Amino acid sequence: MATDIIIHDQKDNVGVVVIEKITPKQECNCWIMENDSSINIQSIDEIPLGHKIAMEDLNEGDTIIKYGHDIGKVVKSIKKGEHVHVHNVKTKKW
Amino acid sequence: MDIPKSFLGYKRENGRAGTRNHVIVLPVDDISNACAEAVANNIKGTIALPHSYGRLQFGADLELHFRTMIGTGSNPNVAAVIVIGIEPKWTKKIVDGISKTGKPVEGFHIERTGDIGTVMKASKKAQEFVMWASEKQREECPMSDLWISVKCGESDTTSGLASNPTVGNLMDKLEPLGVHLCFGETSELTGAEKVCATRGATKEASDKFMKTWSSYNDFILKEATDDLSESQPTAGNIAGGLTTIEEKAFGNFQKIGNCKFIDVLEPAEEPKKGKGLYFMDTSSAAAECVTLQAAAGFNIHLFPTGQGNIVGNPIEPVVKLTANPLTVKGMGEHIDCDVSKILSREMNLSEAGDKLIETTLRVANGRLTCAEALGHKEFVMTKLYRSA
Repeated sequence: MATDIIIHDQKDNVGVVVIEKITPKQECNCWIMENDSSINIQSIDEIPLGHKIAMEDLNEGDTIIKYGHDIGKVVKSIKKGEHVHVHNVKTKKW
Repeated sequence: MDIPKSFLGYKRENGRAGTRNHVIVLPVDDISNACAEAVANNIKGTIALPHSYGRLQFGADLELHFRTMIGTGSNPNVAAVIVIGIEPKWTKKIVDGISKTGKPVEGFHIERTGDIGTVMKASKKAQEFVMWASEKQREECPMSDLWISVKCGESDTTSGLASNPTVGNLMDKLEPLGVHLCFGETSELTGAEKVCATRGATKEASDKFMKTWSSYNDFILKEATDDLSESQPTAGNIAGGLTTIEEKAFGNFQKIGNCKFIDVLEPAEEPKKGKGLYFMDTSSAAAECVTLQAAAGFNIHLFPTGQGNIVGNPIEPVVKLTANPLTVKGMGEHIDCDVSKILSREMNLSEAGDKLIETTLRVANGRLTCAEALGHKEFVMTKLYRSA
């Protein structure tokens, strides 16, 4: 089965879309690089190549984990399967 | 794959080797650009390196100016140098610095002679240099003569997923062969700075890195008027799916593979601790960073891109790679090495690293990069602060 989403690390709560786009309610195949395992997720939003999908429900103030590390904070709650980007996540740095 | 043990380079007087054989016309200052460009126009096969600075600078900023000028002329990709400045003293300082390599270099100053007389004198010397250099032949050089710098640009999430780790894989494979390696982009390690610091080979290197990063970060916080949105990450980064500077930093940092850095360099500072990986304090803007790395003596550059940065450098060939299939499709004329099959899992990281090694060696042996064929010669000096 083709890979639709790649997840860097088992601890990550987001994955990256690696096909041209995923459409709402698509059953997506996700590959976790760290341990070479696969999981599935159903999308809510249309998400283009390179953009992130939430792998779990996230609340305001939660930390986004990618590469196994903190890459920012949730500023608007996100449902599993939704698009994760600048509209709902901000840096903790600047 | 068996990694080749040598490449074909130009051996230089000081023992270094070049992947290119340029004769450059180097203006000391902004007002000497016209003269330098006239000489390069007269004498075919020479290149002028016009830039915007070199007047009334002082202190560390002036030192960086000289270091960049002298380092550019001293780079082994340069066979010979014509230096042209308005005044004799700074012109001579740069000529003297470059002449330590043993390569042919001659300086000309414009004051009291004017552009036309200077162009005539400098053109005669440039003709002599370029005809001399044209007889240089490529010879077999050990891989340890490769000094590889890296910097990524117009990054997106495919950079952190695939093209940056491909560079990291190349580093892991070439480091044992004794190459010099260099990464920079101080501001773009923000968010990953503590993890990056743990990659210092010694406590001294780690501490020096943290000090360098903190100083750059303090400067950004002092000058910032907003949250830096559209500056870091850029609008291009955001379009490509990168959300925060932290995410960009962890992606950026994949370029060094499992290597540890042995020292932290000032901008344009030549590495002095032998083979291995160095971190250089640089801006994260592509042309500024590559210009500084070239001035430190690096002779081939690897540039992973996501959305498609197009930068080149006049003396250091810039090899582009991308893992973004849309970038390959839309602007393939800029891409030297396509590793987009990593995303569809038709290629693994080690295969991608091998492919990049092969491309790097072909370019080191003389194949033009896309940026060279397209005429990209971005020579951009870093200026630290206002002039006096």
